Amino acid sequence: MSLDLRPLFPELAVVAASLVALVGDVFVRGPRARMAWPVAGVVAVSVAGVLVWRAGDAAFGSLYARDALGNALQAVALAVAAVGLLLARDYLVRTGLDRGEYYALVLLSTVGAMLMVASQDLLFLFVALETLSLPLYVLAGFARDSHRSQEASLKYFLLGSFASALLLYGVALVYGVAGSTALSRLAEADASFPLLVGLGLVVVGLGFKAAVVPFHAWAPDVYEGAPVPAVAFMSVVAKVGAVGALLRILPATVPHLLSAWQPLLAALSAATMLVGNLAALRQTNLKRMLAYSSVAHAGYLLIGVAAGSDAGVWSAVYYLAVYGAMKLGAFGVLTFLERAGVEADEVEDLRGLADRSPAAAAAFAVFMASLTGLPPTAGFVGKFYLFTAALEAGLLWLALVAVATSVVSVAYYLRAAYTAYLGPARAGVRVLRAPWAGVGLGLSAGATLLFGVLPGPLTSWAQRVAALLR
Amino acid sequence: MPSWVLSATVFSPLAGAVLVALLPRRDGLLRTVAILTTLLPLALAGWLFWQAPLGEAGFWLTERGLWVPAVGIGYHLGVDGISLPLVALTAFLFPVALVGTWDAVRTRVKEYLVLLLLLETAVLGTFLALDLLLFYVFWEAVLVPMYFLIGLWGSERRAYAALKFFLFTMAGSVLMLLAIAGLYLATGTLDFLRLLGAELPAQGWLFAAFAVAFAIKVPLFPLHTWLPDAHTEAPTAGSVILAGLLLKMGTYGLVRFCLTLFPEVARAAAPLFMALGVVGILYGAAVAYTQPDVKRLVAYSSVSHLGFVVLGTFVLNPQGLAGALLQMVNHGISTGALFLLVGVLYERAHTRDMDAFGGVARVMPTFAALSLFVVFSSAALPGTNGFVGEFLVLLGAFRKDPRWAALAAGGVILSAVYLLWMVQRVYFGPVRPEVRTFAPLRPHEGAALVALVLAVLWIGLYPRPWLARSEAAVQSLVQRVASVAEAASPGWGGRP
Repeated sequence: MSLDLRPLFPELAVVAASLVALVGDVFVRGPRARMAWPVAGVVAVSVAGVLVWRAGDAAFGSLYARDALGNALQAVALAVAAVGLLLARDYLVRTGLDRGEYYALVLLSTVGAMLMVASQDLLFLFVALETLSLPLYVLAGFARDSHRSQEASLKYFLLGSFASALLLYGVALVYGVAGSTALSRLAEADASFPLLVGLGLVVVGLGFKAAVVPFHAWAPDVYEGAPVPAVAFMSVVAKVGAVGALLRILPATVPHLLSAWQPLLAALSAATMLVGNLAALRQTNLKRMLAYSSVAHAGYLLIGVAAGSDAGVWSAVYYLAVYGAMKLGAFGVLTFLERAGVEADEVEDLRGLADRSPAAAAAFAVFMASLTGLPPTAGFVGKFYLFTAALEAGLLWLALVAVATSVVSVAYYLRAAYTAYLGPARAGVRVLRAPWAGVGLGLSAGATLLFGVLPGPLTSWAQRVAALLR
Repeated sequence: MPSWVLSATVFSPLAGAVLVALLPRRDGLLRTVAILTTLLPLALAGWLFWQAPLGEAGFWLTERGLWVPAVGIGYHLGVDGISLPLVALTAFLFPVALVGTWDAVRTRVKEYLVLLLLLETAVLGTFLALDLLLFYVFWEAVLVPMYFLIGLWGSERRAYAALKFFLFTMAGSVLMLLAIAGLYLATGTLDFLRLLGAELPAQGWLFAAFAVAFAIKVPLFPLHTWLPDAHTEAPTAGSVILAGLLLKMGTYGLVRFCLTLFPEVARAAAPLFMALGVVGILYGAAVAYTQPDVKRLVAYSSVSHLGFVVLGTFVLNPQGLAGALLQMVNHGISTGALFLLVGVLYERAHTRDMDAFGGVARVMPTFAALSLFVVFSSAALPGTNGFVGEFLVLLGAFRKDPRWAALAAGGVILSAVYLLWMVQRVYFGPVRPEVRTFAPLRPHEGAALVALVLAVLWIGLYPRPWLARSEAAVQSLVQRVASVAEAASPGWGGRP
C-alpha cells in the first residue's frame, strides 16, 4: 500500500512552518531577526491556503478526505491563523513573550483544526481534536509570569481533558454499535439507544470546545486569564474545528437520524444563546464579556447544525468565516491597549479611544455592530441566513429565541462601542502603536464590511460546499 | 430619465461621508463640505419631483441589479407617488437641519457630520428600496448613526435615551426580519413587485410582524414611550431628523408593505389601527399640554400628529390616504421646524424649561414672526400645510364614520390649545431678565427657518403639485385594498 501524502500537503506545509519557528528560535537572536517569524508563519499559512484550493478530492486512507466542506473550513482556519499571528506580533514583543514557540503553537493548533474538519473517522477526529487542543492549553498559559494565565491554562487543560474523555467514550459506544469508527459506516447505522448515547457524548466533547452551554463554564475564566492575542486566536479556531466537525458528523453523515438529534441540538443552541447573551449583559470586564459573546455565538452557529439542511450547513460555514473576522477584530482592538503595564481589559478602559486612535475606535464599532447582527455588516447577513435556515427547518421557536437574544445583545455590544467614544481616557491607560496588529485589524474590519455589503461571492462559495456534501 | 438617478440620490451622502472622514479636522471646512454634499440629493430629488409623470400609478422609475445572486436577492430601487414626497422631504430636511444647526455641535464635528450623512443614505434607501432585504438593511442602518447622535451629542440623559430608542426599534424590527425570512421561504423572492402577485401564506402573522415593527417606529400608542426620551435628549439636528423623517419610515412602511402586501388583513385590522390612531391623537395632545419642557411638548405633539397619519391611512379611502401622505410631509416640515425653534432658544438660554422664557418676541421679533408661522402650521390653521393634510384626513375619516372624525377633530383643537399656550408663555408676556440678553437671530438660523416657512406656505396655499404626484398611486392602492373580496376574510391562520 502506497502512502499518498499529496492531499495532506497544506497541513504538512503548516507543520513545516511551525517546526522552522520552533527550531529556528534557538539559533536566531536579536529583535530584527525575530520579525521573520510572523512573516514566515503568515507566508506559509497563505501558501497552504492557496494549496487548499488546488488540492483535489484524493483521499488518504479512509481516515481523511479532502472535500468541499473540509477545504472551505481549512481556508477559514488558515485565514484565522494568519490574522491571529499578525495581531500577536506587537503584543508579544511588548510583553517579552516574543518566542518562537508562540508561532509554532498557533500553527500546530491550526493543523489540528484543519485535520478535524476533514476527518472521516471518529478516532482520527479525536486525534485531530487533541492536536487542536493541546497547543491551545499551552497558549492560554503562555504568559509564564502571570498567575491568571497559569490558572487559565490549568483550568482549560483539566476541563478539556474531561471533555476529550467523554468524546472518546462516545466514540467507543459508536464503535460498539456500528462495528467501526468510520463515518461511512456510521452513515448506514440504524438508530439505537447506545448509538444515540455515543453520538450524544461526541456532541458533548465537541460542544465543550465550541463553548456550548452547559459546557461553557471554562470560557470566561480562560479568556480572562490568557494573553489577548491567544484568546483572539483560540476563540475562533476552536469553533471552526468543533462546529466543522459537528456539521460533518450530524447533517452530513447521519441525516437519517435527524429526528433524534435535532431536538437536542436545538435545545443546546437555544440554551447557549440565552445564557451567553444574558451573562454578557452583566460583565464589566471586556474579555469576559467577549467570552460570553463567544458562547452566545456558539449558539447561533448551532442553529445551522440543528437545521440539518443544506441551507443550515452553508449558513453555518458562512457564519464561521464571518465570526472569525469579527471576533479576531474585537479582541484585536484590545491588543492596542495597556493599563499600568498590563492588559487593559475593562470596558471602561476603552474610554477616549476615539480621540487617541479614531481608526481603532471605528473598527471596534464595526465589530460590535457585526456581532450584534446589524446591517450593513457581515454579522447581519450571516444571522439572516441562519434564521432563514431555522424557519425552513420548521424551528420557528428557535428563530424567535435567536432574534430575542440578538435584541438583548444590543445592550452590551453597543455599550462597549459607545464607551470607546466617550472621553476622557481613564488614568493610566495607554494606546500603543502596533503596526502589525493594525494590518490585522484592517483586514478583519475590511472583511466584516465587505461580506456585509457584498455578500454574494462568499455566499455562493459557502453554498457550493453544501451542494457537494452529499 | 436614467435609472442611476435613484442610486445616485441614495449614495451621494455616503460618498460625502467618506470625503468628510478623509478631510482634515477643520470644523468650518467639514461643515461646508457636508452641507454641499446634501445639496446633491436635494437636486436629484428635485429633478425626480419635477419629472414625475402625473397619473402614473406604479413605479415610474426603477433600478434593478443583483445583490446576492446566490440566494436571489436583488438590488432594486424604485420611486412612485407614495415614496416621492418622502424622498423630497428627506432631501430637503437634511440641508435645512445642517444649516440651521451650523455650529450647535462643537465637539467631534467630523464624527457628527459623518454620522448624519450616513443617516441620510439610510433614510433615502429605506424610502426607495423595493427588495425587502434591502429595505431591511437600510431600515436597520438608520439605528446605529442615530444611536450615536443621541448618545454622544445629546443632553443629560442621552445614554439612557439612546439605548431605549435602539432597543425599542430593534425589538420590533427583528420580528419583521423573521417575517421577511418567512416570505422568502414561501415565495422564493423578496422582490416587492413579484411579491405583489404572489400567493402569500399566513398573512395574519406576517402582517402582525410588519405592523408591530412599523407601529413602534411611528410610534403608535401604546408603543410610543421611547419617543419623548429620544426626541428630548437628541441634539437639535438629530431631533429634526428623528421627528421629521425617522417616524415617517414607520408610516411609510404601513402604507407600502402592510397595506399593499396584505390588503385583506389590513382591512380586517383597520378598526384597531384607527382606534389606536385616535387614542394617540388625543393622548399625545393631552400629555403635550402638561409638559413644562418645551422640547418634550413638541415630542408629544408628534405622537398626536402621527395619530392623524395612521387614522388617514387606515380609513382606506382616497381622501384619507392622500391626506395621510401629505400629512407625513407636513409633519416633517412643521415638527422639524419646531425642534429647530427649540434649538434656537436652547442655544441662548441653555434650558428648555418654559418658565425660564417670556417676552422672547420683544427681544427677537423676526424669530417670533417665523415661529408663529411654524406654530400655525403645526396647529393646522388654514393657509398652512397642516390644514390641508389634516382636513383631508378628517374628510376621509368622516366618510368612513363621522364619529371617528369628531374625535379626531378634538385633537385639532387640543393641538391649538397646547401650542398657543406655549407661544403665549415663551414669546409674550413680560420680558424676563435672562431673555433680555438673548442674541438676535443668526443668519444661518434665519435661513433654515425661512426655507421651512416657505415650504409651509407652498403646501398650504398650493398643495396641488404634491397631491397630483401621489394621486394615481393612492387611487390604485385604495382600489387594491377595496377589491379584495369581503368573503375572503383570512383570520389569523391565513388562506387555506
